[in-house]
Amino acid sequence: MTIVRYHIRHDTLYRYDQPVGESRQMLRLTPRELPGQHCVSHRIEIVPEPQRIEDFADGFGNPVRSMHFERDHDTLFIRAESWVELESKPLPDLAASPAWESVRDQLAYRAGRFLDAAMLEACGYLFESAHVRVKRDFADFAATDFPAGVPLLVGVDRLMRRIFHEFTFDPEATDISTPVTEVLENRRGVCQDFAHLMLSCLRSIGLAARYVSGYILTRPPAGKPRLIGADATHAWVSVFCPGVGWVDFDPTNALLPALEHVTIGWGRDFADVSPLRGVILGGGGHEPEIAVTMVPEDEFESLYTDADAPVASLLQV
Amino acid sequence: MPAGLIESYPFSANRYDEMLSSRGEAREHWAPFAERLENFPDEALIRRAEFVRNSIESDGVSYNVYADPKGTKRPWELDMLPLIVGSEEWATLSASISQRARLMNAILADLYGPQTLLSEGLIPPALVFGQHGFKWPARGVQPPGNVWLFSYAADLARAPDGRWWVIADRTQGPSGAGYALQNRIIVSRAFPDAFRELHVNPLASYFRSMQDSLARLAPADGDVPLTVLLTPGPYNETYFEHAFLARYLGFPLVEGQDLTVRDNTVFLKTLRGLRRVHTILRRLDDDFCDPLELRADSALGIPGLLGAIRAGRVLMANALGSGVLESGALFGFLPAICQRLLGEPLAMPSVASWWCGEAPALEYVLEHLDELVIKPAFPSMRMEAVFGHELKGDSRRRMIERILAQPHAYVAQEWVRLSQAPVWNRRLLPRSVGIRVFASATGDDYTVMPGALGRVAPRAGMEVISMQRGGLSKDTWIRADAPVVRTSLLKRRLGVIDLVCGGADIPSRLGENLFWMGRYAERVEASARLIRAALPRASSTDADTVQSLAGLLEAARGLGVLGDIDADDRPENIEAELIAALLDDKQPGSVASNLRALSFSASQVRERLSSDNWHALNRLEQLLSEQVTSTDQALSAIDRVMQSCISLAGFAMDDMTRDEGWRFLILGRRIERLEGLAGLISVPMSAEPEVRERMFEWLLEAVNSIVTYRARYRRVPELLPVLHLIVFDRTNPHSVGFQVDVLQKYLARSSRELGHPYPSLMIDPLARRLENFDLTRFEAEDCELALGTLRTLLAESMSVAQNLSDEVHRRYFTHTLRPMQLRRVA
Repeated sequence: MTIVRYHIRHDTLYRYDQPVGESRQMLRLTPRELPGQHCVSHRIEIVPEPQRIEDFADGFGNPVRSMHFERDHDTLFIRAESWVELESKPLPDLAASPAWESVRDQLAYRAGRFLDAAMLEACGYLFESAHVRVKRDFADFAATDFPAGVPLLVGVDRLMRRIFHEFTFDPEATDISTPVTEVLENRRGVCQDFAHLMLSCLRSIGLAARYVSGYILTRPPAGKPRLIGADATHAWVSVFCPGVGWVDFDPTNALLPALEHVTIGWGRDFADVSPLRGVILGGGGHEPEIAVTMVPEDEFESLYTDADAPVASLLQV
Repeated sequence: MPAGLIESYPFSANRYDEMLSSRGEAREHWAPFAERLENFPDEALIRRAEFVRNSIESDGVSYNVYADPKGTKRPWELDMLPLIVGSEEWATLSASISQRARLMNAILADLYGPQTLLSEGLIPPALVFGQHGFKWPARGVQPPGNVWLFSYAADLARAPDGRWWVIADRTQGPSGAGYALQNRIIVSRAFPDAFRELHVNPLASYFRSMQDSLARLAPADGDVPLTVLLTPGPYNETYFEHAFLARYLGFPLVEGQDLTVRDNTVFLKTLRGLRRVHTILRRLDDDFCDPLELRADSALGIPGLLGAIRAGRVLMANALGSGVLESGALFGFLPAICQRLLGEPLAMPSVASWWCGEAPALEYVLEHLDELVIKPAFPSMRMEAVFGHELKGDSRRRMIERILAQPHAYVAQEWVRLSQAPVWNRRLLPRSVGIRVFASATGDDYTVMPGALGRVAPRAGMEVISMQRGGLSKDTWIRADAPVVRTSLLKRRLGVIDLVCGGADIPSRLGENLFWMGRYAERVEASARLIRAALPRASSTDADTVQSLAGLLEAARGLGVLGDIDADDRPENIEAELIAALLDDKQPGSVASNLRALSFSASQVRERLSSDNWHALNRLEQLLSEQVTSTDQALSAIDRVMQSCISLAGFAMDDMTRDEGWRFLILGRRIERLEGLAGLISVPMSAEPEVRERMFEWLLEAVNSIVTYRARYRRVPELLPVLHLIVFDRTNPHSVGFQVDVLQKYLARSSRELGHPYPSLMIDPLARRLENFDLTRFEAEDCELALGTLRTLLAESMSVAQNLSDEVHRRYFTHTLRPMQLRRVA
């Protein structure tokens, strides 16, 4: 059994054109406690100091920090830092999973049939949501990978690989408002789009699948050192398989997340788990600058020579 | 009179008629009214119909239709003949409604709580998690008193066998109770004798019980609970009702921006400060209620509301997420759910329905399409009901395809032949009718309004009743067995105590819009004056004038009236720029764009403006549609603008009641003028000595003091008298000193009245420096040093204006704190 440990730093900086008098922000930046994932330490630093902070768990069980500012400020800086331990678990035997139609039929409603807690939870991820559509086009796309009798997880794995091969990673092609139907048509997008596309395909054939928000370890180009702030948040999907539980698939990288993916939380789609969501009074021109760094424990010291530099110096950059 | 009004009523014996039995005789509970109807002379009925129409007009009862090209407001349609229900029948009916409301509340408690209905297979997950109306952020919320559903309404129709059926449940924010009350007020006056003799149950007690229950259920924490009625605003289809109910129930009518959340507590923003709100009677759909956690693009909501709800600090009536039960696809599951949750059988059946998400139901629907009406299982689909028997050929095939592709999205209902009742149209005509019945929570139970909103299909033979499609309404009379005691929440006559108009709760939004109306009115006038001074000079060839123009254009740029143009450019180009600065409403800072902003602020406070005031605003707006190509046309357009501006200024001083709100209109005007004046005067004072004096002519024109100057001095403008007149002379309403004086006065008064500290540090030092300025310093040969002091004073005036504007906003409108670092005032 392998255990790996990572440090993650997630910085967000808003610079407002005009002072913001009142602001509310909801942060989903705290990694969830999961089998195989343990958050050793975690803290969130905020400048300026909010008038009120409150922590709670949202409807999906994700930890949320909610903040309220009532004083004029023209920048807002948020730094989340976590030490997370991942523990390797055996990957599920894909071929041993039940036939996908039987899973679909188990998830379909039958009057008076009892649902256990796991099944009931899965039912929350069967339908359309803000960014996920249930349509024949998606079912048609998925059909190739789900011939009759194929084991559920084999089908999902094939679908993931096909999305990886047939779609181009292209940050210019989409933004968060691009509908998933357009992603299917243009075959381009980013991790979020591929996750929404894969969710649309799976839900369109009656399977339960959720959106996972988190971080992924990246490798610097050959010969180059790792840089602070060079990473980004990541997104992938998780599929419900009765008897096995939730199994993660990463369509952007065509792999089953193991020791290099850290989960923050999940929901029906991005809208349920966006890392930052806020409403401000005043301001304007507030696209944030975001810097994410995920680093293995053994590289931490060499990367952060300035580890204790005060936040204030960052604000002056 | 043509014999037998009722005899000539073309009722159909094979439909259930509310008034007549199948043998054509008046039903027992209708008989006394039918008899009266028969005996009324024709003219008397015509007079009553007119009375009903006039009452609707004079009470301003309206219903907004979204797609109506003739504007949003449409008079409410009310048939003068009531629908009558007997007391025995009503007893059964109201008990069933109360049970159904309890059931709906129990379902909500389960769906947002333990979800046993889902795990026991009693309700399909698709009809919960697939519903847009299911709000995940509301999971786990425990409302005060366990009341998720405070108000409930059911649409009922009578089956051919005479039994009532539920055809729709309203659980989000049911509308119609206010219209029912308004209908009652009018129809009971049209038939006062019949109304008395038939012992009709009064409605007032229902509304009183609503008030009591809200007060009892509110998380009051020892306060006297404050309930507000939250409306999406005047464009909502039932806005009339929101305003009417708010007035009737004595609750402030508020929009989302009137409320704010601090420390998980909801407050009403008033000019006097924040007042805690304990209960929100919600007519705003839940989606729009909190942009932080629900729809992010909603401008109607209250950021942070869900936090206050989770903390149990406010009662939402109804709870967020209650709309999930409005799907007709649930009907088939209700009997078993009722048995499970309440341990009793469901008293009133729903119309027979088949949710296509279940295979056997789907099969049945496809086989019996002709006898069914197809509806969306998810109300968010916004699909109209489709009558199976009307589907032919291609459209039938397409419908079947749609159902097969997503069976869980459709529900089929039995095609019900609605009962009929007479409506008056110079004679009696039968129309399909239904009723909407209302219930509200009392704590553990529900009380049902002893009355209903009668809903009538707009045309003969039509089976769909929809107010959006032009339906007619009726008052519904529920007969009591004995004479009833009448009370009303509407006072018959006002007493002395009513003469004070609830000043404590003037919403901040009103003050803010008046404030900006003042600022923009002043800005329109000032920028128009500046362009009027510039236009004739732009075409001049006189060297002195050309030189002075540069400063004028610089001033116009500094005030944002002009974009960045090159003063060396040819005169025609400058003229074109000036005309654009007048008329181009896309150009920020232009007269036209300030005019748009002015109209917007004014439209938000429309009810406070006299019609003359409103007309002056409308005349101003005509500027936007003027065709101007020449300087002359531009100048005459400016003259018209000035005329209207002067009218507005006059109305502000002489036409409006001088209450707390009005004070902000004047503050806005004075703050704007202070900032504008100081900015404008700074320009010549910073110019080279040789060009400075040539600028005084346009300066005096632009600040509207040229006439006074000429009258006083009868000579070319000189530095000292000009400065005295427009900076220091506190008798000149166009001087800096005058603005500071007036601001001190009004700020002091607002502070006293509204209980906020007077911002002495912000304005008093400026007043003192103005007063103590030694004007003899300008008598010296070289007064550059004195000019330096003056420039500092003008800069200070501008920053005082800006800081005061911020301060007024923070203190009276947004109720936020000052920034940590105080801005430098001097």
